[in-house]
Amino acid sequence: MYKLTGVSKRYTRGKETVEALRGIDLVIEDGDQLVIQGPTGGGKSTLLQMIGGLDRPTEGSVQLDGVDLASISEARLTRLRAEKIGIIFQAFNLIPTLTAQENVETALVPLGVKPAERRERAAEALRSVGLGERLSHVPTELSGGQQQRVAIARALVKKPRVLLADEPTGNLDEGTRDDIMALLEGLWREHGLTFVLVTHDSSIARRAPRVATIKAGQLTVTDQDQYVS
Amino acid sequence: MFGIYLKRELSRRKKAALVIAMGLALGIALVITVSSVSAGMQQAQEKVLQSLYGLGTDMTVTKARSAPTGNQSGRPSFDFDASANDSTETQSSDRVTTQGGQTLKSALVTEVAAQKGVATAVGALSLNVTKVDGSFTQGKAKTDTSSPSSSPSSGQGGPGGGQGGDTGSTAPPEIQGGGASFDVNSYSVTGVDVTNQELGPLATTTITSGKTFTTAQTDAKVAVLSTSYAKENKYTVGETVTISGTKYKVIGIATPESSEATTDVYLPLKQAQTLGDSANLVSTIYVQATDSKQIDTVKSTIQKNIPGTTVTTSADLAETVSGSLSTASNLATSVGKWLSIAVLAAAFLVAALLTSSAVSRRVREFGTLKALGWPSRRVTRQVVGESVVNGLLGGALGIGLGLVAAYAVTTYSPKLTAQLGNTGGGGSGMGGGPGGGGGPGQQSAANTMEIALSAPVSLTTIALAAGLAITGGLIAGAMGGWRASRMRPADALRSVS
Repeated sequence: MYKLTGVSKRYTRGKETVEALRGIDLVIEDGDQLVIQGPTGGGKSTLLQMIGGLDRPTEGSVQLDGVDLASISEARLTRLRAEKIGIIFQAFNLIPTLTAQENVETALVPLGVKPAERRERAAEALRSVGLGERLSHVPTELSGGQQQRVAIARALVKKPRVLLADEPTGNLDEGTRDDIMALLEGLWREHGLTFVLVTHDSSIARRAPRVATIKAGQLTVTDQDQYVS
Repeated sequence: MFGIYLKRELSRRKKAALVIAMGLALGIALVITVSSVSAGMQQAQEKVLQSLYGLGTDMTVTKARSAPTGNQSGRPSFDFDASANDSTETQSSDRVTTQGGQTLKSALVTEVAAQKGVATAVGALSLNVTKVDGSFTQGKAKTDTSSPSSSPSSGQGGPGGGQGGDTGSTAPPEIQGGGASFDVNSYSVTGVDVTNQELGPLATTTITSGKTFTTAQTDAKVAVLSTSYAKENKYTVGETVTISGTKYKVIGIATPESSEATTDVYLPLKQAQTLGDSANLVSTIYVQATDSKQIDTVKSTIQKNIPGTTVTTSADLAETVSGSLSTASNLATSVGKWLSIAVLAAAFLVAALLTSSAVSRRVREFGTLKALGWPSRRVTRQVVGESVVNGLLGGALGIGLGLVAAYAVTTYSPKLTAQLGNTGGGGSGMGGGPGGGGGPGQQSAANTMEIALSAPVSLTTIALAAGLAITGGLIAGAMGGWRASRMRPADALRSVS
């Protein structure tokens, strides 16, 4: 379970200080799906970074299962990311020189999984997202949708407890967007993940059970009655 | 994953990898070339010094130079008798002088050998023999036939004619014809200690015909001739050579390791002392130290304990070497060294900047890996690994280029000249090496040596090059790795294009 208490984040750019988050309080239960939406520059990605342990808040605490991500050591935070958190990026962020299978394997490297098992698990993950025939393809040989599927396989191959997605369909056309969202929702249900999704796409937000809207660094959470599980 | 990732990254960035590798290769090739040329220079200098000293000699001891007094001008003088009548009898005279005219007592050899740090010492006596032979012919005095008082008469004339005969009371008679024809032949003789030929003048020669002295021939009338002298004068083993009236049996022909060795005839020391009227005297003491690193200390000890001597070490001798060898050597050790350092430093800097720049372009990549849970050390290792491979590639290229350059130098063998200051005859600083050669007329020629330059590449140089390549890679990698390690995973999300 995530528990964010009084989370603030300030950036200093020259003489100017930008307050990206202002005293955010938020609880995300295990297995929940939360969509964070809001205008560009509103603080969506910054909040996701705090939740994912990619950055630390200036003030406040971000607790995951009672562990404060804001105060633990860098090494422990890195380990926690490797074990518990899967992340999907808008631009896929695949390593361009590695094949699809190798890209998925990169998520298992910090866990010390042996090469043979690593290869097997990566292949299995790719098959689960419909890319069983594309194991040896490098990113440039794959479409945008396929690349995002590789990224999803990479995020899920380590069997994380949390899946974070930062605008996962932002670079995709509408048809592919729906496919990817359907895949993500299917995996969320299948694996019982805690799923936090950042998007500015209202159509995606409308399908979520819980939506957090962030504006000027402040958060408003809405439980959506129309959500049908 | 490390190996696969590294291989793929280097394949993808071939051009950048090649630029880094070529930069390092250039620096490393230069280091190898300069090192090998310097080694060649060193060898050339050692060759020059060995030709003077002999292999194994660490220093020589000679008498401290003093101003000549009285008749010690050192110039040879000859006495010839003018013959009466029309005699054209050949006259000959040998003049034997010690080279430089500075000698030491033989007892000093034992004294020097007893000094702390001295392994062994032997004495040698260098002599110059100037042989003048020829004859006079008389000139004829011819009087003017128009003058009744004149009558033919003969008179002795010096070379070219001169005054002589009856000058008469009227017009002097004109001397026609007459003169002198003399050949001057100079050569060098060195008396060697036959009981220890491993050190001293004979140490730099190889007996190519006959044999060398036996230890029993300390006072035997035997001689070893240099190849060039034997060839020029058509001597072979078994024949006799006459020096100042004394006959010596030729027992061996010695070929010097350096073409510039200047001794023509080697005699047992005692024979040379008799020949040069220098009983119990030597001109040079050759010294071998027990430890080559203690040469300066041994030099000081000898100079302190045996006053009136000049001790010359290889280092002193090297300072007297001038000419293109010296210039090139200085060039290699100063300009070459600094050029290598500058190029290498520039190559390291370029490699570091390019690696750092490559890391900057891979912010998202490294940020993503960190977001996936890769520890900083693993990301750093990846960057350093790529950089070290670049360095090794540069090293391999550099070693190849360096070897080609060294091979080219050795093949082309540029000739360098070495001018040896104050050689022969106990000049200050040099202490009168074994040569000095061939009398005054040949002195300056003997002091200039021509040496072919080679560029030997040692395993140490190759190891140094490989070390530099790895160092270059590590420096570049450290810079790139440092940047990568400081990168935050959040950067991966921010740098969405």
